[in-house]
Formats: sequence, structure tokens, C-alpha cells
Amino acid sequence: MKRILGKLGFALSVVLLISPAILIFLWMLSLSLKNELDNTAFPPVFIPSPPTLDNYAEVFARNDFLLYAWNSVIVSFSATGIALLLGVPAGYGIAKMRATRLAGLILIARITPGLSYLIPLFLLFQWLGLTGTLAPIIITHLVITLPIVVWVMISFFEGLPGELEEAALVDGATIWQAFRHVAMPLARPGITVACILSFIFSWNNFIFAVVLAGRETRTLPVAVNNMLTFEQISWGPLSAAALLVTAPVLLLTLLAQKQIVAGLTAGGVKGA
Amino acid sequence: MSSASAIEAAAATIERRRRNYARHYIWFVVPAAIAVLGTILFPWAFTFYISAFDWRLGSTREFVGFANYTKLFTDERFGWALLRTLYYTTLSVIFPLILGLAAALIFNHKFPLRGLARTIFILPMMATPVAVALVWTMMFHPQLGVLNWLLQQVGIPPSMWVYHADSVIPTLVLVEVWHWTPLVMLLLLGGLAALPIDPYEAAKIDGATPLQVFRYITLPLLAPYLVVALIIRTIDALKAFDTIYVITQGGPGSASETINIYLYLQAFAFYNMGYASAVVVVFFALILTLAALLMWTREKVRP
Repeated sequence: MKRILGKLGFALSVVLLISPAILIFLWMLSLSLKNELDNTAFPPVFIPSPPTLDNYAEVFARNDFLLYAWNSVIVSFSATGIALLLGVPAGYGIAKMRATRLAGLILIARITPGLSYLIPLFLLFQWLGLTGTLAPIIITHLVITLPIVVWVMISFFEGLPGELEEAALVDGATIWQAFRHVAMPLARPGITVACILSFIFSWNNFIFAVVLAGRETRTLPVAVNNMLTFEQISWGPLSAAALLVTAPVLLLTLLAQKQIVAGLTAGGVKGA
Repeated sequence: MSSASAIEAAAATIERRRRNYARHYIWFVVPAAIAVLGTILFPWAFTFYISAFDWRLGSTREFVGFANYTKLFTDERFGWALLRTLYYTTLSVIFPLILGLAAALIFNHKFPLRGLARTIFILPMMATPVAVALVWTMMFHPQLGVLNWLLQQVGIPPSMWVYHADSVIPTLVLVEVWHWTPLVMLLLLGGLAALPIDPYEAAKIDGATPLQVFRYITLPLLAPYLVVALIIRTIDALKAFDTIYVITQGGPGSASETINIYLYLQAFAFYNMGYASAVVVVFFALILTLAALLMWTREKVRP
């Protein structure tokens, strides 16, 4: 009897733990599937009856939503791609040189508030005439993605056995070949982790785009925030848009939860 | 004797060769280092330079030396923003640490569907902050929001949430706690997995109660991980921007204007670049000091 009670209490605490997360997302979904009348009803209507897709249709009917989605895709993919291109070799180099101080320097990027990069870079981009293009947003996103990639890759390359590369070197391979054909294929799981994390934190980023983006270059988080400012009470479309923005990230988390947990516990990394 | 020194000599050669090799690996780091220099180090130096000017976008630019910094000391709005930031940070560190520890202890047990439960639990920290902040904003609505309806059901008078100066910061902390408790949980769960099992077996033999085991074994052993979580949480709470900006933009009035929001307004609403840069420098110094202080504590608690 006591055992059963204990088990029940444990199950209850698990439910209690995960319910805040579930309930917020369910409420988001519920708001997005109801008409405006039900959304502003008090007491609230919880289950949409009948559920309607009108809110989603309205979001897609604004042709700029697709433009902003495309901007977000370009920014996140470029920022992640460039970070991988630069960060994977850098992680390898740092791991091989055992340059812990260099790694510490990268951690400083982690603790700097995002806004503090923005004033000088904002002025710089103005002088260079880059405002109004996606380039400033991609470049500033490197501030987030590059440290994540380097940090994850250092711990991965440090965990690899060095014998295979040494064998390659003895056989006359250059260190670049040893990296490219031996170490990198072995570190593919690490590259996946780095790629997923840097994509998610770039996709979620708000602060850089809110300052740097013009009308045509907004990313999705900025565009969705603007919907709130100008249409105070139209909760249906707003929730639909919010859900569409965060859905790719939530799906990615569900699919790749093992890699994400491994990457996050390794470095405690997170976007600026 | 001679063979020992021969081995030593050989070891020294290998070590030297390794270091020689190490020098070649610098080229792997150079491209990334240039990017870091351009996007991270250059902004720091430039910020420091700008902070010595009365630099208003589109009009004046005049060298003023340390005048921006001395102005900070008499700027009441900055002082309040600083106090608010500390208040917000304290609350946003304590609650996630307590809840995150509880969650980590629970997830450290094996139970059916644990993987799924853990994934759901970490969803808040992966979700797009702006999207989630918008949903919270709707839930905080004093008349139509679902939260006041819930309060009403359990007999608590409705709250003004983010619409009143007294409740706005605790409410924003609530969002922050929801958002970042999962990160604390993950860090501590990693710590729990790394604990040795011997002390637990000894305690079992001695007939210790679960509470005693937690108090005298788990907590002390977990202390280094708790301090790491404390450091990360403190830094992140100091830097908090997205949710505050989306939900209140510093309001009502300036009741939730933290340093980050104040900084944003100075730079990108008033285009007061020189003064804002001085705020950045002071803010960053504050973060570095706190981080260093916490790192020092970490060395102390290490067994």
C-alpha cells in the first residue's frame, strides 16, 4: 500500500513538472484554432469547437509572412553554415593544441550581452552601406553560432582517440588530410549537435534583427512581435503566427532530443 | 639510472615534437579567430572609443572624455534600472535553481516514458522566446486572460500581472523561470549522473533517511554543479532582454526598465550612442565582476 502511494506521488510530481510546459503550448494551439469571439470569451473557451484554420489562412494571406519566413531561413542557414565552416577546424585546432586559454576567450563571447555588440556594429554597417540587406543580420548571428560550434567541437575532438590520425600522419598524410579524412568523419555526431544547436539559437534570436532589420529584411521573431504592437486584440492570428515561428524548433527538439541534451550539458551553451 | 634518463630524454623529445606539431594547428584556428576579432573584439574596442564622445546619430559628435561615465553616477534612471536588474536577477536565479534541483532529482530516477517527459520538460528553453512571450502577454490580460480566470477558480483575487508597477517584475520572473529552469535541470542532471555511488551504499547500511542522504551526501557532492548553474543563471538573468522587451518594453512607466532595456532605449530610440556605450561598458564590467566572483566561489567549494 505504501509503495503504491509512493509511486502515485512520484507520478504526480512528474505530471506537475511537465504540465507548465505542456499547458502553455496547448493554450497557444487552442488560441490559434479558435475564432476571435471564443478567444476573448470569459470564462475562457478551452477546446475549440469547431476548430478553425482561419487564423492560419489569415497569416499566410499576408504575403509578407512568407518573405519573413524566407529571411529567417536564409539567415539561420547562412549563420550556421559559416559557423560550421570556420568553427569545426577551429575546434579541432584548439583541441589539438590544448589551448584552453583560447577556449576561455570564446566563453567570454557567451557572457557578453548581445546589445553590447550592436552599437558599434550598427554604426559600422551604416558606414559600409549594408543596412537594408540581410548581411548585417547574418554577420551578427555569427556572434551566437560560432562560439556554440567551437565549444561543442572542442569537447568532441578532445574525446576522440588520436591514434588513427597519428597513423595517417605516419603514412605521410598532411595534418589537413588527417583532419579532413580521419578526424572529421569520426566527429560527425559532434558536427550534428553543433549544427542543430546553432541553427535553433540563430532561428530564435530576436535582439540583433530587431535593431538591424529594415522593412524587407525582418526575421520571423521580429515580424511576429510587430503583429502584437499594431493589432492589440487579434489573438487568433497572433497565436497562429507565434506557433508557426516556433514549430520548426519544437519539432527539431522532439526529433533530436538526445543530441540536444548531450550538447547542452557539455557546454551549458545558449544564445546571446 | 642511465636508462631512466634516456627515457626522460626521449619523453622530452616527444613532448617537443608534439609542441612543434601544435604550432601547425594554429592555421585551423586562424579563420575563426579573424571572425571572432571582427564580430566580438572589434565591437568591444569600438564601444570603448564611442563612450568617450557625445555621439548622437545624425548630428553631433564631440569628444567628452569621461563625461559620459560621470554622468552615469548622477543619472537616477540608470540607478533605478541597476537596482531593478539586481532584483530581477536575484529572483530569476533562486527559483530556477530550487525548481531545477527538484526536477533533476526526479529525472534522475528511472521511470516509464522518462525520455519523453524530459524532452517535454526542456521544450520551454528551446522555444522561440518571442513567440512564447506573446502567448504569456495574452494570458496576463487582466480582463480576458486565462491566468486571472484560473486564480478566480481557486479563490484568489485577480492580479494585474504586468499591468501594475508592483507586480510587473515578479510576473516577468515567472516567465523567466518557466523558460530557463530546464537548463538548470540539465546541468544538475549531468552532475547527478557523475556522482560516486559508494557514499550512498554506506549511508544505506547505516540506515540513513532519504532526507539525511540528500542533506549530507547529495547536496555537498553536487555543490560544484550548483555553482556552475548559479553562474550561468546569473549571467543569463542579467542579460535578459527578449521577453521583457516583448511583454512590457520596460513599462508600465519604467517599472520594468532593466539596464538592458535602458541601454536599448538610449541607443536605438534616442540614438544617444556615446552615452549608451558608457552604459555598455559599465554593464559589462558588472557582469564580468559577478562572473569572476562566482568563479572564485566555485574554486572554493571544489572538494
